Amino acid sequence: MSDVSTTGHWDQFMEGIWRQNPVFVMVLGMCPTLAVTVSAVNAISMGVATTFVLACSCLLVSMMRNVVPKEVRIATYIVIIATFVTAVDYIIQAISLALYDALGAFIQLIVVNCIILGRAEAHASKNRPAVATYNALGMGVGFTIGLLALGSVREVLGAGTLFGVSLFGANFQPWVIMVLPPGGFFVLGAWLLFFAWHARRKERQLREAGQHA
Amino acid sequence: MSAEHLPIDQAPATPTGAMIRTLGLVSAICGLIIVGAYQGTYDAVAANKRIAMERAVFKVVPAAKSIEEYLAKADGGIAKAGAETPAGAIRFFAGYDEAGKLVGVAAEGSARGYADIVRVMFGYDPACQCVRNIGVVSMRETPGIGDKILVDRAFLENFKELDARLTADMKALANEIKTVKHGSKTGAWQIDAIAGATITSRAVGRAINDTAQALLPRLAPNLDKIGSKS
Amino acid sequence: MHETAFQIFVNALLANNFVLAMFLGLCPFLGVSGKLDTALPMGVATTFVMLVASLCAYGLNLLLTAFHLEFLRLISYIVIIASAVQLVEMVLKKYSPALFRALGIYLPLITTNCAVLGVALFQTAREYDFIQSMTFSLGGGAGFTLALVLMASVRERLQLSDVPSLAQGTALSLMLAGILSLSFMGFAGLGG
Repeated sequence: MSDVSTTGHWDQFMEGIWRQNPVFVMVLGMCPTLAVTVSAVNAISMGVATTFVLACSCLLVSMMRNVVPKEVRIATYIVIIATFVTAVDYIIQAISLALYDALGAFIQLIVVNCIILGRAEAHASKNRPAVATYNALGMGVGFTIGLLALGSVREVLGAGTLFGVSLFGANFQPWVIMVLPPGGFFVLGAWLLFFAWHARRKERQLREAGQHA
Repeated sequence: MSAEHLPIDQAPATPTGAMIRTLGLVSAICGLIIVGAYQGTYDAVAANKRIAMERAVFKVVPAAKSIEEYLAKADGGIAKAGAETPAGAIRFFAGYDEAGKLVGVAAEGSARGYADIVRVMFGYDPACQCVRNIGVVSMRETPGIGDKILVDRAFLENFKELDARLTADMKALANEIKTVKHGSKTGAWQIDAIAGATITSRAVGRAINDTAQALLPRLAPNLDKIGSKS
Repeated sequence: MHETAFQIFVNALLANNFVLAMFLGLCPFLGVSGKLDTALPMGVATTFVMLVASLCAYGLNLLLTAFHLEFLRLISYIVIIASAVQLVEMVLKKYSPALFRALGIYLPLITTNCAVLGVALFQTAREYDFIQSMTFSLGGGAGFTLALVLMASVRERLQLSDVPSLAQGTALSLMLAGILSLSFMGFAGLGG
């Protein structure tokens, strides 16, 4: 991973979006994933906040990777992450209190999102700042896409709206359970099933193509 | 991973001084970032909070053009509200019209609803001694059932002129504000529940009653003190 | 509004179950719920740490409020929880080696369990007093344990049944969690 060209940066970025998507492939950071995705707007906001914390923390961790003794590294990472989460907490309050209320305690709980500590420990502490930041941004965007996939499905089914815009007219009877806690589990489970099915189909196609050749 | 394998318990390869230096450096950087973010957003956050509060108060006291924040203290006195609420004091808002005359008072109450706590802001009109409007500050009630308290016309009709008169000795409400089963409302102090959302409707009634019982007896003897904008 | 300790406990345990309604502590819930023998100790260890964390956070919050340092709340909570876990581990190791052997491997995992930080943050946001904070963390921990044990029992039985290979793993766990969560919705209104 030390040999990095321009395509390397792109690869680092794309890794988090597809191959190692934190939501669908690694199934990490589940608490905010399920709790805040009752609407697409909440999902995007949470994703952006997490991406910001992830990128800033990884940048700082990577910059300090040669001065932090290994005995205190975890403590250092946690303090750095908590710092950026506090900053994000205030920034969101400054942007919109309604959004802040909707996301609730889950902004502060970004601190214990395993994606961030995992990335800081497994990647940022071993790579140059630029590489670490690209990788972190990719992970963040991948996380945001995952949240959005959940949030939009839940909002469409559970409220009949997308980004607050009504889709089906007044006669739509919302499937309320989808915006309640059980809906979060069901929709994420369904997405995982879909990806498992997709992977299996692709595998079969490859095998069949191999047999024909 | 047991304690023996934790890095902290290992014989330190790094001198303690270096560790403390690094931690100090990290703390200093982090401290700078936090204080910077706090200071940088302080004004915007304060402004946002004021706007949100004003919006909630103007909703329940529509005639108001400006508001003042007060505390009704446990000893019965009334004071301008600061940043902190002393024990036993109730925070409320006085709404004034353009001429600076008191047109209504807004206060918040909360009670446990179906899913979680329901926080309600209500407007009190001293002229008719009644509750005039309500607004929901926060709730997590079931969408489509409990959240009808926001939109159900018949339910909101209850708060056109909800009786909140005090007894002659001004110690308590003459009639307890109470939510009754749908269709059984008999008195002007009762709230007709929404059919199918009785628990949430009851929470609204309890939230208003609790705050009104505590606030109004303290407010009544002091009305002239807040009667016009200071 | 004053909530009695009993209401807070029942709500944290059932109606607003930490895992199934508030989505706190999902990582261990999905990760450690494979077997009943590990689920129970994990739940007990977490409850214990939650109590300690809640106690520390309560004291710390008094201190921070007194000095008007609220903007340091999050960072000090996370540091104190991490230290509390370390401390609990050391004390257990010294005074109760048997208990340490049973719970020891779970303790480091608990630092990043958001249920623990969640208890501290929620009790602050809701301005609970000392007794309320303690019952809240106890109820939350018991709720976490209950969810973990239920989930582990279901998953143990599922090992004997014929599940489509596509659905095995996390997808199945999530569907199960959804059904459990659905049934816990029936407890809503209980603490009223």
